[in-house]
Amino acid sequence: MSEMKKIKNLKEFSTSADRFEGANLLCPGCAHSIIVREVLNATNDDLILAASTGCLEVCTAVYPYTSWDASWIHIGFENGSTAVAGAEAMYKALKRKGRLKQPDREPKFVAFGGDGASYDIGFQWISGCFERGHNMMYVVLDNEVYANTGGQRSSSTPIGASTTTAPAGRVSYGEKMNKKDMLAIMAAHGSPYVAQVAPNKWKDMVKKIQHGLATEGPVFINAMSACTTEWKFLPEDTIAISDLATDSLVFPLYEIIDGRKLNITYRPKNVIPVKDYLGAQGRFKHLFKPENKHVLDEWQARVDRDWEYLQRREEAGV
Amino acid sequence: MNNGWNDFEIGAMLRSFDGAVNGIATTLQEDRPYSKSNSFTASVADWRIEKPIFNKDYCIDCQFCWIYCPDISIISRDKKMVGVDYDHCKGCGICAEVCPTNPKSLLMFAEQEDEDKALAGWPEKEKKEN
Repeated sequence: MSEMKKIKNLKEFSTSADRFEGANLLCPGCAHSIIVREVLNATNDDLILAASTGCLEVCTAVYPYTSWDASWIHIGFENGSTAVAGAEAMYKALKRKGRLKQPDREPKFVAFGGDGASYDIGFQWISGCFERGHNMMYVVLDNEVYANTGGQRSSSTPIGASTTTAPAGRVSYGEKMNKKDMLAIMAAHGSPYVAQVAPNKWKDMVKKIQHGLATEGPVFINAMSACTTEWKFLPEDTIAISDLATDSLVFPLYEIIDGRKLNITYRPKNVIPVKDYLGAQGRFKHLFKPENKHVLDEWQARVDRDWEYLQRREEAGV
Repeated sequence: MNNGWNDFEIGAMLRSFDGAVNGIATTLQEDRPYSKSNSFTASVADWRIEKPIFNKDYCIDCQFCWIYCPDISIISRDKKMVGVDYDHCKGCGICAEVCPTNPKSLLMFAEQEDEDKALAGWPEKEKKEN
């Protein structure tokens, strides 16, 4: 196996040569490219990448340009996972037959997809890849909405968010369904490594990506991606909003090893109230009206309950 | 490359580099043989309303701006912050926001602002209250 890239601190990390290029068409302040940069810079290995349809795909492969300095393929909305799984299966077959042209190069296989392409549309495909046990990594850029097509709700959209297909107004407080617990579902597939990451915690992210790439088998990474356009905050606040999300425990950072053992990898020194996170975003603005107070209370209670559950699971080691 | 919308190919393959390449992960941008279909050769400078200006007098090379820049527009070489890539910067302002120095080493100015003038009028160190 190839040697792991040494990244002790941010100064050392900053000597990385990016394999993702500028002049892509992502919105100013988009967290997608911050995440992609952190993932790609975590390794010096050759990469074979795929992307499902979504913001990342449409913005980085606008004919006649590509923003990727590695082998990259896009096919359809649902099959970023199977595209890369197919490449991985072919690589294995050629290797077994001794027909690889450069047998000393061992590429890593990574697929990117938005939450729409992963939680909803491509779910069956991802499930298939994980069941077959391909040696690949699947990274979800989870911005909790179909941001590319104008902000429709997805099954990742949390309760109370106003989206174009679940708008808040006189009769509704917006999205009514709870966010799907994708990490638990993927851990239940028996995946050797499942983790949640956030771009503002770059060190945690790099550690998990490196661990994931070194792991044999299908690895699932859920990356929180703050969306300046659909979450409705100013572009320069992307990192501040991400900090609020991780410190309010709305996005707890943890990993699940072999589908069982859960480790919490980030414990905020000062846990901030969930309403600070919600209040910073336009999509939750209506929750601060008096008639929607019950949604706010429910939010805080649910986040507390989930955190309690994670801690207990970590303690029990199951 | 000069095809219009109607001449789109059903499947297209774009090469990021001219000729065969090896070890791109360890080759810096200035040494890469970029092809004309790599978006590195394009520019989004006209997206900007505001631009970041870098004042190296206050910079501590913490690299927060480098890691959090979404557009690979903070140029860092040998662990030192060198400057801003104005061809690819979209002016989001994250770099100025995450800059921890006092006064900040990166500040947002109007796109037409003259760099020397901005540096001459750089704000003083903010005193902590009380």
